[in-house]
Amino acid sequence: MRTKGFAKHYYLMLLPGFVWLILFSLVPMFGIVIAFQNYNPGLGVFGSEFVGLETFRYMFQLNDTMNVFFNTIYIAIMKIVGNLIVPLVFALMLNEVRYMGLKRSIQTIVYLPHFLSWVILGGVLLDIFAYGGPINQLLGMFGIDPILFFGRADLFPFLVVGSDVWKEFGFNTIIYLAALTGINPALYEAASIDGASRLRLLWHVTLPGIRTTAVLLAVLSLGNVLNAGFDQIFNLYNPLVYSSGDIIDTWVYRAGLLNLQYELATAVGLLKSVAGFMLISLSYYLAYRFTNYRIF
Amino acid sequence: MFKSKTFSSKMVDIVLIIILVVIAITCILPLWYTLALSLSSKSAAAAGAVGLWPVDFNFNSYQQLLQDSQFFKSFWISVQRVVLGAGLNFIIVPLMAYPLSKTVKDFKGRNVLMWTLIFTMLFNGGLIPLYLTIKAYGLMNSIWALVLVGGAQTIVFNIILTINFFRNLPSSLEEAALVDGAGPWYILTKVFIPLSVPVLATISLFSIVYHWNEFLYGLIFMTREEFYPLQTYIQQLVVSVDPSTMTEDQYKRLSELSNRTLDAAKIFIAMIPVLLVYPFLQRYFIHGITLGSVKE
Repeated sequence: MRTKGFAKHYYLMLLPGFVWLILFSLVPMFGIVIAFQNYNPGLGVFGSEFVGLETFRYMFQLNDTMNVFFNTIYIAIMKIVGNLIVPLVFALMLNEVRYMGLKRSIQTIVYLPHFLSWVILGGVLLDIFAYGGPINQLLGMFGIDPILFFGRADLFPFLVVGSDVWKEFGFNTIIYLAALTGINPALYEAASIDGASRLRLLWHVTLPGIRTTAVLLAVLSLGNVLNAGFDQIFNLYNPLVYSSGDIIDTWVYRAGLLNLQYELATAVGLLKSVAGFMLISLSYYLAYRFTNYRIF
Repeated sequence: MFKSKTFSSKMVDIVLIIILVVIAITCILPLWYTLALSLSSKSAAAAGAVGLWPVDFNFNSYQQLLQDSQFFKSFWISVQRVVLGAGLNFIIVPLMAYPLSKTVKDFKGRNVLMWTLIFTMLFNGGLIPLYLTIKAYGLMNSIWALVLVGGAQTIVFNIILTINFFRNLPSSLEEAALVDGAGPWYILTKVFIPLSVPVLATISLFSIVYHWNEFLYGLIFMTREEFYPLQTYIQQLVVSVDPSTMTEDQYKRLSELSNRTLDAAKIFIAMIPVLLVYPFLQRYFIHGITLGSVKE
């Protein structure tokens, strides 16, 4: 093909986007050196004194940061498991519905929470689970004393996981449904003629048909072990539940931007970025090895 | 598929449909409750008397809302942000996706550039370096901080979706245009873009929803309330608590003191744009998201 001389046009097309990404993604990465400095805002990154790994040593001594790492992984793993299983079960149930209109209406409705922000849903959830809110009124009818749901450290991680699964299950269902429509109908027909019941069809045709997709999603979710969901927790938590609800990202926000511990917050953030980068790379690699998945 | 319908099979269908409908209802119930709360009287809301129907139906909170000039300022900032952010996304994404959808044979630098993009998506410097960079650029209190920082973080994902879409278009279309002597700009704007409505609609929806929902950058890059986008304004209003230590009683009182009907009205108004956009683009984003995640 006559594509000679196109390269310079290609570079020209890429130029504005790359300038944007360099200025707003790559340049901020150099700020990482703050983690290795005794940072002085007056002197800036170039004037501040380097102290090596001292901040990291200090970080590992703090009980606070250890607790935060634990909370992050604990909440994230529960979310990963919930977000894999609930959409799968929901997709299987929806797949059994043969009234197309009903199926489509249910789908449209369950996507909705995905598109609302955690600011909005945080406000709504805090209202619904409030001390005098509808959930407590409902419990009251069964003679249960009101519970201060979002003020209890022991309940907080479960409320966070539950509300996240509720918000995302509809959207996460999309991929499973696509995999389900990809199953050859002839397989169902053949099995039905052989006298398979609905349960046997599910077990021998449907589940094997979406196994690859389920494995792929499980492998890819590995990269999210350090992402417990900043937006959500930031909008739901309060000082009463810091002990069980504070995650790396919310802690970095408070330590860095509210308490101005720039070095410490940067160091914790850096640790998270590096570990997260390795985990995502690993998960993409495994996904490629096992299911031949490529991101582009 | 299932021609012979036994009685038990029908029962299974009915139970299944009931479960699915109940689940779907939980997805709209919170919105319904917010609307009911916003239409109730202040005293009923404070007493926790509001359930699924408004108590002492009135429009007072919406009338009060009309006098809140900050609400409208913030609303307008969010609208500007969405237009600028989604507009920029709409221009830059196809512009970058087209050259990057070429093979190395046609475009030598392609792989290096692609991996640079992937790197900016998977790794970041963290919150503190980003904050200090934006401060150094002098973009504090500027809407461009919101548009450009958020955009840089979401654009690469959109580029990958678009590359995958471009690669699935029949190559004979481009070859025909090449034979006719078309250049790269002509091919992109006259061949690729008109054929890419599903993916362009998808990335536009994602970009619109992202910019509408994002609140954190509004919180950290805007030092004065008058520059807050809507979500940041609502976040400060509804769910923000004093980060100093707090007792259970204080927490209870805080939830009782706030003006819940007015807050509910603000939350409800903030939901409306998303409620209007997503059902129309549904068929596109389902296509777009499955394309991005499940590939043969």
